[in-house]
Amino acid sequence: MAKRKKGMPELNGAGMSDISFLLLCFFLMTSSMDESMGINRILPQIPDENLPPPENKVKPHNVLSVLVDGQDRLSVNSRIVDIKDLKAVAKEFIANPANDPTKSSKKEVTEDIPNIPGIVKPVMATEAVISLQNARSTSFDVYLRVQNELTAAYSELRDEASKERFGRKFSELNEVQRDFIGKKIYAQRISESPPKDTRKRRN
Amino acid sequence: MAKFTGNKGKKIAGFSTASMGDIVFILLFFFMVTTTMRESDVKVTTNVPKATEVTKLERKDLTVYINIGTPIPSEQARYGTDTRICLGDAIKTVDDIGKFIAAYREGLDEKDQPYMTTALKVDKDTKMGVVSDVKEELRRSSALRIMYNALKAE
Repeated sequence: MAKRKKGMPELNGAGMSDISFLLLCFFLMTSSMDESMGINRILPQIPDENLPPPENKVKPHNVLSVLVDGQDRLSVNSRIVDIKDLKAVAKEFIANPANDPTKSSKKEVTEDIPNIPGIVKPVMATEAVISLQNARSTSFDVYLRVQNELTAAYSELRDEASKERFGRKFSELNEVQRDFIGKKIYAQRISESPPKDTRKRRN
Repeated sequence: MAKFTGNKGKKIAGFSTASMGDIVFILLFFFMVTTTMRESDVKVTTNVPKATEVTKLERKDLTVYINIGTPIPSEQARYGTDTRICLGDAIKTVDDIGKFIAAYREGLDEKDQPYMTTALKVDKDTKMGVVSDVKEELRRSSALRIMYNALKAE
């Protein structure tokens, strides 16, 4: 075997860019950049038919009934409301700063209060429930805007409460603090009933 | 202008393309990291509404998509222009959702199954009747975590 005089022959790097261009094109074609964003919701469980239906313990003054009819008109507690005002109406109802007896009441939380600075007893939690009802011919656009406004009402109230207690925004809190605000004080209770004529299960 | 005419006889230095490959590789890695594989060919167009209170999807790998909208032009001969439900890459009916969800759940790790999310990509002109039917069907198949896809409004 003849000995090489030089060490290694130089590698031609010109083709490398072509190969990686091909790869790049492949990834550009097969991938999508859209980030999935949206509004999260948890659907209620189907009630067990063998069990008796739970008693309705929610008092009528704690319920804010939001109705979007088939012509996309919005009414709150049987009063026509513009969608721009929905957030303010919902906030007013949930927080009820003036303790109006026709709006949601508050209940003292007694169990599982975390021992962290910023929490002064008694802790009052809202009992408000938002009942959302729509028709089959409501458009999804309006429905989502209503959902969005309700979410905004809750998140603004949570932000206010966490600024007051912990001096930070809700999204910057730690897990204990967030659970305290989000699950105890301003628990988001949006109850939806399907439109009256939703198809029943066919057996 | 002797300053410029002085080097007329010299050759222009050849420009090296050796680093081009490196640059393209960096681009390639950028796209590999920021994008996700398109999982299926969706047969309906969904123009999702805008919302301000949107949150990012936490676990993309635990998400199953249900698209609701009008069929794409090439499918309109078969399915018309009414609102249709697209599961994976085929246009299906509400009754197929249960099977579709069950099949997806089977493929997940057992400890991840409770965190499965259904992303509803719904066109904004859709009537809520279809969406309600889909939601009822999801309740029946106990896929309770859902997300309404929306664009972030500025």
